[in-house]
Amino acid sequence: MRSCKLETGLQSCRTAACAALVVLLSQVAAAFAQEGSLSAGNRTFSSGYRFVELSGEELFVNVCQGCHMVDAAGATGAGSYPSLAGNQNLEAGNYPIYLVVNGRRAMPAFGDLMSDGQIAAVVNYLRTHFGNNYQDTVTASDVRGARRINAAGTQN
Amino acid sequence: MGSEPAVVKRRDLLSLIGAMAGSAAMYHAMTSLGFASESPYQGPIRLEGDPKGASVLILGAGLAGMTAALELRKAGYQVQVLEFNSRAGGRNWTLRGGDSFVELGGFTQTCEFEQGLYINPGPWRIPYHHRALLDYCKRLNVALEPFIQLNHNAFLHAAQAFDGVPQRIRSVRADFQGQVSELLAKATRQGKLDEAVSKEDQEILLQALRSWGALDRNYNYESNLISAEFRGYENAPGGGLSAAPSAGDPIGLSDILRSRLWRYLRNFASYNFQTTMFQPAGGMDMIGKAFAKELGDVIRYNAKVTQVQQDDRGVTVSFMDTENSASTQQATADWCVCTIPLSILSQLQIDVSTATKSAIDAVPYAAAVKVGLQFKRRFWEEDDAIYGGISYTDLPIRQIAYPNTGFNRTGRGVLLGAYLFDGANAFEFTAMTPAERVVHAVDFGAAIHPQYRSEFENGVAVAWHRVPFTLGCSGDWSEEARAQHYRNLCQIDGRIVLAGEHASALPAWQEGAILSALDAITRLHGRVVRT
Repeated sequence: MRSCKLETGLQSCRTAACAALVVLLSQVAAAFAQEGSLSAGNRTFSSGYRFVELSGEELFVNVCQGCHMVDAAGATGAGSYPSLAGNQNLEAGNYPIYLVVNGRRAMPAFGDLMSDGQIAAVVNYLRTHFGNNYQDTVTASDVRGARRINAAGTQN
Repeated sequence: MGSEPAVVKRRDLLSLIGAMAGSAAMYHAMTSLGFASESPYQGPIRLEGDPKGASVLILGAGLAGMTAALELRKAGYQVQVLEFNSRAGGRNWTLRGGDSFVELGGFTQTCEFEQGLYINPGPWRIPYHHRALLDYCKRLNVALEPFIQLNHNAFLHAAQAFDGVPQRIRSVRADFQGQVSELLAKATRQGKLDEAVSKEDQEILLQALRSWGALDRNYNYESNLISAEFRGYENAPGGGLSAAPSAGDPIGLSDILRSRLWRYLRNFASYNFQTTMFQPAGGMDMIGKAFAKELGDVIRYNAKVTQVQQDDRGVTVSFMDTENSASTQQATADWCVCTIPLSILSQLQIDVSTATKSAIDAVPYAAAVKVGLQFKRRFWEEDDAIYGGISYTDLPIRQIAYPNTGFNRTGRGVLLGAYLFDGANAFEFTAMTPAERVVHAVDFGAAIHPQYRSEFENGVAVAWHRVPFTLGCSGDWSEEARAQHYRNLCQIDGRIVLAGEHASALPAWQEGAILSALDAITRLHGRVVRT
């Protein structure tokens, strides 16, 4: 594998002497406690252009949550990021696969940043969390199929 | 005239034109002959002909929208601008102490920088060849100062090389250039270039390599005062009894190659980053503010556009007052210049052709994150002798950029502690809370400047996908999408024309926004005057 994981947990952060940082760290810890999510020490930083996160949850927390937010409820400014919670567009697994691979409007394309397995993992995670309960899993070969359709130019 | 050469050399022709017709004519001749074509900007736009009171509604008070407003008003149009934010400028934006910013998700930051210190979360540097932007700065009295792209004494850093110790740009560059020169000189002297380079040219090449690479008389790059003049000294020349300089040891070629530090050298070579670069004194938003001051109450703030309709008589835009979101209002005009970022425009109802709509939908927006950090003192100057410029690293923060103003002062300073653009880390930083981004920027940056640990005070972090008024940094065109959709995006569609960095060949640059606006209103005006 070209890239390796680079864990820089806050525990390893040599900042104990710095009062300002301690304050910040406690704010972060509080934020995480509110969010009920992974501890701050589990932040992952990819070492190359592509993501190294493998599990659906890890991908959601480190990538999707940037726009769709911690609870997947989305957000609205001059435009919106849609809520993925209880979202019926996730019913057909190929639709979210297509969007993650190719992007659409405000949604960036992640086809070059994630492997087939990563995309399948994050789609499966979304389809079984946040009030979604679609038990049929998608597979890496479904993602491969979506890439082929795109390469053939029969969609877009 | 019999001795006139049959073929006039290009340079001779130019001096002839220059002598006979003056420098302006020579400039035009140079441009048409392929010299000096550094900008498509042709000087202040002249929209000739009477628009007969036609009205234009401009959506967005960023640089594209305000350029269009300024020039169309000057040409006799009635103009009105609708802006989502409570300020003008859009991505032309500066955060200072006391400023508050709420990103999507409701995370609120209040910048705690000392008065006079700031960061530019968006654009921060202006190439000398961005002539349109420079011209507007001149016309609007925006004072510029140098932006330092290359500081020889800043660092290049690779976490896995040189035990994590950052290296001076000066040394890496000199040692790389010197040892490549040495190799090439060796190949030349061994006759390995005989097929490619004539004997006469080989002699000159050797002289050039010796001069350019700081080689000694045997064409070697060694630890001596010749290379030290390029790479720096172990003990710099002094005075009196401590006067004698001494040379340090060059970094070995293999170490440079394997460290991959060479990959940052292009940041000092490519056209967009060549000297001279500029920044507005006091913050990038001085430009947006100057435009807004000139435009006055033509701009209506806090107006969130929800729909753009057109028919053969005019354009109707629905918008909500974000201060009083219950009410939808409408604005009408004969024409519309729409500069709303495509990430947002693609979500709105807009009456345009299928081809235009497909183009609007085809451009995702790049991820980018900037983190500004305030420190108790300017340790990068006091301890490390780094005055402005940028250090590059392969850590997720990518760069540390030092302030290009306020040099050599005691007291606090703010530096750019991270600038991530595209790639996995930019998304990973976006997915954090602002406070986490600051913590991680400090933690990573301390690998380059250990002083971070004791000197850090506070920070702000902007992740562009969480910026409510853009939902992303800039239009991220793929080559395929550009080939298929770019012309359709720029065409006038009925009574609507799009402008902005996304409608330019200079994505993410302010110059692209301005050139796009000038091109769009030139075509629009042509249509208005003809009809």
